[in-house]
Amino acid sequence: MSKTENSRPPQPYWNPLVAGLLLGVVLLATFVTTGHGLGATGFTTRFTAWIGMQIVPVATNANDYLGGMVEDGKPLSAWITWQVIGVALGALISAYLAHRIQFQMDGRKFLGGSKRSVTALLGGVLAGFGARIAAGCTSGLGLSGAAVLSLAGITFLCTFFAVGLLANLLMKEGK
Amino acid sequence: MEMIISGLLLGGAFGFVLERAGFGNPNKLTAQFRLSDWSVFKVMFTAIVFAAVGLMIFERLGIVASEELFVPPAFLGAAALGGALVGAGFAIGGYCPGTSVVGLMSGRIDAAIFLVGLLLGTVIFAGVYPAIESLTTLGEFAKADALPEALHVSSFSVNVVMVLAAVGVFLLGSWMEKKSSGPVSSTTN
Repeated sequence: MSKTENSRPPQPYWNPLVAGLLLGVVLLATFVTTGHGLGATGFTTRFTAWIGMQIVPVATNANDYLGGMVEDGKPLSAWITWQVIGVALGALISAYLAHRIQFQMDGRKFLGGSKRSVTALLGGVLAGFGARIAAGCTSGLGLSGAAVLSLAGITFLCTFFAVGLLANLLMKEGK
Repeated sequence: MEMIISGLLLGGAFGFVLERAGFGNPNKLTAQFRLSDWSVFKVMFTAIVFAAVGLMIFERLGIVASEELFVPPAFLGAAALGGALVGAGFAIGGYCPGTSVVGLMSGRIDAAIFLVGLLLGTVIFAGVYPAIESLTTLGEFAKADALPEALHVSSFSVNVVMVLAAVGVFLLGSWMEKKSSGPVSSTTN
């Protein structure tokens, strides 16, 4: 029992209907508690401002986009910071309990093969840039925005999936 | 203090469910775009419809006030352009911003690299912001922010259509999963 922890096979993923209903419960509870939905890039943007404040404080202060966030010197002081820390902890607990923690470079097969680090970085850059144009990401604008039936949220999801399908055609399956 | 507790608990539940659904796994996430695993559509549609119907019922019961809910402004050009870039980033990088955090916590190095890219993309955006500021308010639809007001229909009618669309996604998705390699499990590498 004690030494077989790592060798135990990962548990199966949840049925999507079950996961979807529970995600709906969490999303609804978030709206009732805070008045807004769930997000992610609200934090990464503030985190970018915080890093900027440490490395290049003058430039960050002077920046039109990030400057406002560092004005009071506490860009991370927001609900979204705690929510994203929560996401990390919740995911860690779930992955640990389901024996799904594995250190690996994943996604090679479908996403660039030996150039997986390049596709991961490029994908991140595109998503980070795009989320700032839309003022939200898949969670903040797509999921949460569609739940309040917003035109912006629904529009975001439509182009998100349409372009995702097209961009996927560029990715060649490796061996 | 309240902010910390609600953030940690709601975020914790969010991360837990995403991981359980398999959404820390880039092979599963991108299988949606290969149309062999419809979990992303199924989970998102179910959650959206559940929350939308729940909010409608809570509003009728007076538990939540609709004017207190945040509805993103209808800058539809900005939403479309941003959605396109995040979609491309998802298909190429294997994650969206939230799911990359889940991928990282289950030990995936590629998710850590995606997150670095995410910060880099934010830096690039901030750097060129003065030149592209107008993109963030592109294509404003001035008449309404939400679908019921835009179409002059009740939120009940919109929700009925959304429930039917969700059922359609499940039927179509399950049929296409059967025709292809099927959903990505936690044991496939």
